[in-house]
Amino acid sequence: MLGLLRKIFRTGRVAERDPGRPGYGLLAVASEFSGSVQVRHVNAGSCNGCEVEVGSAFGPVYDAERYGARLVASPRHADALLVTGPVTRNMAEPLRRTYDAVPGPKAVLAVGDCARNCGAFAGAYGVAGAVRDVVPVDLEIEGCPPRPEAIVEGLRRLTGR
Amino acid sequence: MNVLGIIAGVVQPVLLLAGAPLLIGVLGSVRARLEGRIGAGVTAPYRELRKLFAKEQIDPGGTSEVFRLAPLLLLATTVVVAVVAPFVASRPAIGPAADLFAVVALLVLGAVALVLGGLDTGTAYGALGAGRRLTILALAEPTLLVAILALATRAGSTNLATIVTATLDEPLRVVSPGSLLAAAALVVAIIAETGRRPVDDPASLAEATMVHGAAELEYAGPDLAIVRLASGMRLAVMLGLLANLFVPWGIATSAAPVAVLVGVVALVVKILVLGVLVAVAEVFVARLRLVRVPELLAGSFVLALLAVSASFFLA
Amino acid sequence: MNVAATFLAAAAVLGVLAALAGALPDYVLKPNLRAPAAGFGTALTGAAGVVAGIAAMTGDAYTADVPGLLPLSGVTISIDALSGPFLTAVGVAAVAAGVYAVGDARSRVAQAMTPLFVVAMLLVPAAGGVGTFLVCWELVAATSLVLVLVEHRRSPEVAVAGRWYAALSQLGFLTVLSGLLMLAGQAGDSFAALRDASPSPAARGVVFVLTLVGFAAAAGVAPLHIWLPRANTEAPSAAAALMSAAMVTLGGYGIVRVGLDLLGGGTRWWWLGVLALGVLSAVAGLLRAAASTDLKRLLARATIGGSGLVLVGIGAAGLFAAAGDRVLAGVALTAALLQVLGHAAYTALLFLATGSVVRATGTRDLETLGGLRRKMPVTTAAFGLGALAASALPPGTAFISVWLLVQALVHVPPGTGTTVGVAVPVALAAVALSVGLAVAALGRAFGIGFLARPRSAAAEQASESPPVVLAGLGLAGLASLVLALGPTLVLPALGEASALAVGGGDHTVSGIITVQLGGIAGTFSPLIVTIALAVALALAIGGARLLFRNRTRRAVSTWDGGAGPPPRRATTFAVPVYGDGGTEGRVWRPALAALNAWGRAGRLLATGSVHRYVGYGFYAVCGLLVVLAVTR
Repeated sequence: MLGLLRKIFRTGRVAERDPGRPGYGLLAVASEFSGSVQVRHVNAGSCNGCEVEVGSAFGPVYDAERYGARLVASPRHADALLVTGPVTRNMAEPLRRTYDAVPGPKAVLAVGDCARNCGAFAGAYGVAGAVRDVVPVDLEIEGCPPRPEAIVEGLRRLTGR
Repeated sequence: MNVLGIIAGVVQPVLLLAGAPLLIGVLGSVRARLEGRIGAGVTAPYRELRKLFAKEQIDPGGTSEVFRLAPLLLLATTVVVAVVAPFVASRPAIGPAADLFAVVALLVLGAVALVLGGLDTGTAYGALGAGRRLTILALAEPTLLVAILALATRAGSTNLATIVTATLDEPLRVVSPGSLLAAAALVVAIIAETGRRPVDDPASLAEATMVHGAAELEYAGPDLAIVRLASGMRLAVMLGLLANLFVPWGIATSAAPVAVLVGVVALVVKILVLGVLVAVAEVFVARLRLVRVPELLAGSFVLALLAVSASFFLA
Repeated sequence: MNVAATFLAAAAVLGVLAALAGALPDYVLKPNLRAPAAGFGTALTGAAGVVAGIAAMTGDAYTADVPGLLPLSGVTISIDALSGPFLTAVGVAAVAAGVYAVGDARSRVAQAMTPLFVVAMLLVPAAGGVGTFLVCWELVAATSLVLVLVEHRRSPEVAVAGRWYAALSQLGFLTVLSGLLMLAGQAGDSFAALRDASPSPAARGVVFVLTLVGFAAAAGVAPLHIWLPRANTEAPSAAAALMSAAMVTLGGYGIVRVGLDLLGGGTRWWWLGVLALGVLSAVAGLLRAAASTDLKRLLARATIGGSGLVLVGIGAAGLFAAAGDRVLAGVALTAALLQVLGHAAYTALLFLATGSVVRATGTRDLETLGGLRRKMPVTTAAFGLGALAASALPPGTAFISVWLLVQALVHVPPGTGTTVGVAVPVALAAVALSVGLAVAALGRAFGIGFLARPRSAAAEQASESPPVVLAGLGLAGLASLVLALGPTLVLPALGEASALAVGGGDHTVSGIITVQLGGIAGTFSPLIVTIALAVALALAIGGARLLFRNRTRRAVSTWDGGAGPPPRRATTFAVPVYGDGGTEGRVWRPALAALNAWGRAGRLLATGSVHRYVGYGFYAVCGLLVVLAVTR
């Protein structure tokens, strides 16, 4: 326990400096979120590359929570869906249901090239399409995988902080 | 009814209701800071509540009035406790209702309401969370009761105001063995009842490991806001009760404005200090396996029983 | 004849008439008329019992002697303040069960036997002599045994339940009989004569222990409770309600009457024994209830717990009285008596609501129920009310009685002595634990049995019971509500009755809105707590309505993880308690095995040879003569 305490003091704050708000505009729906956005992550068929980056976006270094975004367990608690991967046939219906379960107003973030246009999996027999083919998408974040900074930037366009 | 009681009856619920999100925010910030993060800030829960209240209301299929009324009942029971128990002033608004038995029963009633709300959804996780919650409740309630009864035995009354006044009159009672045992038991019971670590993790994302969260998975928008608000208020109420039972100093004993102001400040400071301690402790302990939780609670129950015995024999 | 006596007599006459109506063959009284005649007759019997009980509680006392009615002892009737609560408890349960039975009793035996059972139970607290008491007690045991066996064609379990019940109720009767006869042999038959007699302390101890065994068995107290979950599961719902709600309270009555009244208090260890029995069954009963999946069995185990709480109150009262603290003794006994009344009301309600469920679905298995609130809203509300009343949450009946019990225990002055100093914390812990367990057991039963989704076709296609069944539920619910909201209506009378039994001062409990305890600092207002809660809830609902008045609720399917409906069997509740063996496996099986072995050993002596038997007789007489010659 003392060791942990020592480590806490030695490590201090690891979060990176606030790079400043993104230069371009907020999403229209952001005004309804009062600077607090709960995010439900849906893996619609991702290779888990994006997951690693999403994980670090919410980790101590990039600390998306300081901008008002937080991961939650239930779509009922969520304002935004963060979808990664091309939507596979098996995940198309669950994604639709998850979208239905979110109370409005709501937003959908398609994170990664696969979510935007199926990426390397385009045309594969098990892929139903990009995220926008299944549910309406408000914001797309490119990259394979996208950098955590990009994900945080996208989230900040929702929270407005 | 007396002037002080009426002031307390108005100030206490308003203060606890308005301050509950701040308490949650402080807990989150302290934890974030210790984890090397910056965190969402102490006002984040207010923003979250504002947003939730503005959101759409959802009616999950197959649910009934029980599901819709549960958050309101949770809030109502907590507000009643905030009105009658001694938080800011030592003389409560409704004297005969400030009984420890009534206060504990009201807190349990709120918890049971939420359990039934979770069960009413008919989902697997709702039933899972409700079952775990009831099991914890079945052991936490007796611990709460017996621990406070140990103090009641000493004061010769089960009225919370009388217990607080008795401690004010005889400060040395606080360091008696019975009192210390009761404090230890109460802390464990309160941690379990409010779903903090090591019993439950409020930040958990895995439904299968949740206790409190699992029963709330179906609530959305304003309903969820009420659940969050009432849960925060429950935490504030329990910490305030813990503080005033053992360290009642600062509580207003007269209706003078200065005394009431001191009472308010003292309560805020006590609850925040306890809240920070809870948050710090949460960083240092891991969650217990669920099967271990009843053992922890049974241990705290034994502590409470020892506290009662001690206050009988060592008085 | 005063009010109490008149109505008791009326109850007896009505009950016998109802029994006759129930027994009439089909060509005299059509079956569709027989059920109402017997059922409403039972209800009227109960109503007369309630009136008699209330009259007795408010001070009507009556004593009568009818010498010729029974051989040897005659019949002695004596109604006093202590009889009152028990008459009322039996009456309340009988009114509700009688009305309920109109809609849910098909067997003629049950229709004929139920009113007789009620009459017998009403006569027990009104008996004024040993002979009368024993006859009524046996009548209760016999009629209830018949009721347990009514549905014997349904399953072999009924026969097993009947055997356990017959063995334990008759064993209990035997010990009560031997105890009371020992007492009567010294002083005479009537209770008045017994009160004046002063048997030796050793004799009193033996009498108390003997009767305690019998009364504890009747009260369904661990470890003699073994019959209760079986019998109450297999008996028809109305009879099970009567047994659980009314009959078990008579065990408590017996202990109070014999221990506190006839024997005049006795010593501490008697009451420590009662307290220990109470503590054991309060915790064990509710612990097992929290792990049951059969709805009736769960309620039967909760009954054991409730009965245990009554015994904790009685034991504490006796303990304090023996220690000389009459005020605390009065408060503890008042708590026990209120618990008796509340227990009668909410246990009847819970059992009848369960009966209504069984009637509609044909199952009492919590695993296959669920989702009943849509199809059976009234039954659901009734069960919810009963569960709330039984789990010591406000506003409920048990809430007040447990509060009173806690008051009596908390106000014991520190340093009263080691015995009390050990007993009181343990009792407090047991009371607290039983409260928590009751919440878990009943909350769980209500939540998974009535809320959630139907888990079987039977539960899905259930339909609400006919109005007369619901009227029975309503009557029991009304009694629960009255006791929950206005305990102050009965508390002063109960206080007087307790003062009478323990010899304390009067005004033990007073106050209309606020309960005030005489002699110790204790005021509490259940009514104000209820009103405050109602106001807060109304404000919350009103506020929510106002804030969200322009918003519609969007109906969506429940969140299922996105992957289809959740598993239908969602009863993931399991309190890790001891296995299925329970007391039966640990206490009774070994005891019966030992008895068996003893019997087999006896076979060595009894070979069938007449010479041997004559020889035994010869040696026995010689031995007796030697003993007499030496000791005299």
